[in-house]
Amino acid sequence: MGAGAVFAGPAGGPLHLFTKSCMTREAVLRLSGITKRFGPLVANDAISFELMRGEVIALLGENGAGKTTLMNILFGHYVADEGAVEAFGAPLHPGDPKAALAAGIGMVHQHFTLADNMTVLENIALGTAPLWRPRLDRGAARARIRALSADFGLSVEPDATVAALTVGERQRVEILKALYRDARILILDEPTAVLTPGETEALFRTLKLLVAKGLSIIFISHKLAEVMAVSDRVLVLRAGRLAGERVTASTGRAELAALMVGQEVVSPPVPAMRSGTPLLVLSEVSTGGRGTGARLNRVSLTLRAGEITGLAGVSGNGQSALAGVIAGTETLTTGEIEIGGTVVSAWSPREALRRGIGRIPEDRHAVGTIGDMSVAENVISEQYRTARFARHGLLDWAAARAFAEEIIRDYDVKCPSPDSRIRLLSGGNMQKLILGRALDPKPRIILANQPTRGLDVGAVSYVHRRLLEARERGAAILLISEDLEEILALSDRIVVMSRGRLSGASARGERTIAELGELMAGHQGEAA
Amino acid sequence: MEALDILVTTSFWVAAIRIASPLIFATLGELICERAGVLNLGIEGIMTVGAFAGWFTVYSGGDLWTGVFVAAFAGAAFGLLHATLTVPLGLSQHVVGIGITLLATSLTYFTYRLALPQVTSPPKIEPFQPLPIPGLSQIPVIGEAMFSQTPLTYLAFVSVAVVAWVLYRTPLGLAVRAAGENPSAVEAQGISVTAVRMGAVMAGSALMAIGGAFLTMSAFNSFFFQMVNGRGWIAIALVVFGSWRPGKALIGAILFAAFDAYQIRLQQLAGGVLPYQVFLMLPYVLSILALVLVARRATYPKALMIPYQKGER
Repeated sequence: MGAGAVFAGPAGGPLHLFTKSCMTREAVLRLSGITKRFGPLVANDAISFELMRGEVIALLGENGAGKTTLMNILFGHYVADEGAVEAFGAPLHPGDPKAALAAGIGMVHQHFTLADNMTVLENIALGTAPLWRPRLDRGAARARIRALSADFGLSVEPDATVAALTVGERQRVEILKALYRDARILILDEPTAVLTPGETEALFRTLKLLVAKGLSIIFISHKLAEVMAVSDRVLVLRAGRLAGERVTASTGRAELAALMVGQEVVSPPVPAMRSGTPLLVLSEVSTGGRGTGARLNRVSLTLRAGEITGLAGVSGNGQSALAGVIAGTETLTTGEIEIGGTVVSAWSPREALRRGIGRIPEDRHAVGTIGDMSVAENVISEQYRTARFARHGLLDWAAARAFAEEIIRDYDVKCPSPDSRIRLLSGGNMQKLILGRALDPKPRIILANQPTRGLDVGAVSYVHRRLLEARERGAAILLISEDLEEILALSDRIVVMSRGRLSGASARGERTIAELGELMAGHQGEAA
Repeated sequence: MEALDILVTTSFWVAAIRIASPLIFATLGELICERAGVLNLGIEGIMTVGAFAGWFTVYSGGDLWTGVFVAAFAGAAFGLLHATLTVPLGLSQHVVGIGITLLATSLTYFTYRLALPQVTSPPKIEPFQPLPIPGLSQIPVIGEAMFSQTPLTYLAFVSVAVVAWVLYRTPLGLAVRAAGENPSAVEAQGISVTAVRMGAVMAGSALMAIGGAFLTMSAFNSFFFQMVNGRGWIAIALVVFGSWRPGKALIGAILFAAFDAYQIRLQQLAGGVLPYQVFLMLPYVLSILALVLVARRATYPKALMIPYQKGER
């Protein structure tokens, strides 16, 4: 890897935000040749790097690149198949979180490891005193937590129950847990994924204070802007390998993005199309009060062949209800649905499938997949009744596996086998499977609800390309997204939803971003 | 009016506390297991084992407290079996629990038959005798009910305080409660979830067995088949009723026992008017009602019945 060669010297190198504090160049952590396999999948392939005192390393990579696995090895949740870890010059006993904690390594997990029924203080104190001690010294613990909170801007009430805390507060508790144990190395796994922009800024301020105290930080992320803002050095992981190492001050987002996905990222071109016949027409549709979002109020919408209709809006304004109407899960109180020129009666999810509607659901974990069932079972879940997968009421597993393998190949899914449980897949790969399942029958109408939420750059552009392909073969697509950039990039026509009502459609480029923003905020007086 | 007069008699409250004692042990035992995330349906069988082991130790010439110790040890042994199957091996807690109950019960009966092949009526031992506490036992009604009991009843009440202290005031208690709520929190703080859960199941099973031993060594003086008679299942309901808190569980146990003592007296009072089974049913009907009212708001330990496998994603 040659860390020294790439790394600029402390005095001569470009002076970054955090670089000031790392005056001494001692390595606090050294990973050498870490390899980890899950069955046939190589999650980490001979990864080596060093972390210096007072340094912030960003571990950048797409979902499934092996970032979290690597950190779980470091923290002792997993045991590496090959390689060794050294902390402060001493070898770290593998597979033992206790050893990692004792060596001064603290980890803030992406999914918090807090007990909801206990207080902040209890969560922090857990495991810090010998278990057989007859009494927990709450007074001392409280004082120490208060002091740490004040020092590092991590305000949280020690006696609050964790269940009552916001996500941001919970993350602060996680950081406090590490600091309470005098951690010298802090690993943060996708810490900003759950934070609001304001909370993210506060977190970055805290990290700055920690580095000033000489802590070293490994910051895992797939967001380029954050990596550029917070790190001294960037390690890029791709498909389990260390794809590159850069000093943050002398690299840029474009270079990092290219390293991350292995090629230049280009937005797919959107060729001009003549809009075709209306395939799905909603007229004056309203829904009842089920669910959390707004209900629909006399919404009319036409989806045409060869057209992507983008639906913009702030979440919770009725997008879920509209998606439910098209997918057949929502009951109409007024209005009607017309598909291919005929009005449908008896609308249901099965009827929607039968009429050729392909669905990419909003929440791939809760609705899109069944986590503990296999990839093959999940991909046939929309078609298992058809003659293709069932004979005389019995499932044809050979056909199911073949179909799964076909999707795995055609949609470039990284997955060990059709028999692995789908929840073991990363978000991007899961979404590719759902995409394959929805698009393989060549549906005439496609409902894509937040199809790229939570995906990394590579997966996003992949999803976009597939949607544009479907458009080219003449499908009518409804793209629901909270990401206005995505809507603007792909849509032929744009509609805006606000408080259960829909604005009139505007063609590509007809309304400015400011105008769309106005509509999203609910000012739709002039909407035609 | 006569029916209400029962409630102010001393003998009624003495009986209620006596009936509550084995339930207190069993409920505490189950509570510890569940707080750590393991549902122990072996309770009914483990109580049977405790009842026999304690009694047989004394019958074979052992001292009463040795009997209690042997019962606890036997309970912990079955707890170890339960924990081995459910914690490191992660098997279904329902299936294992029912299996342990069947195994423990049958093994007890088998051992009884092997040890005493000739007997026709159950042999008796000299059980724990009431030990009035000087001063306190002089208080009218309450004093006599609470402080003229056998040492094992006192031990039951002391256990409630000890378990509450351990759960809420000690580092160990934190680990137990966290193991039942979010085991990954325990793991991330460098404590072995497996060790905490196995330890909790063994300690809880030991308490259940002492609850069983109370029946043969304090409430009665001999061992007979079917003597646990569903008390283990009641304890499981009492844990829910008590929202997994020792103090509330104690109140639940006393309440249930009071209903039980009350229905026995009602039977005598109303003799012949209603079939006695109606009265036998009463405590159970009331406990179902109480559960419906209380348990809807109960917050379960979130990781209850979910096996924890280290390093799984």
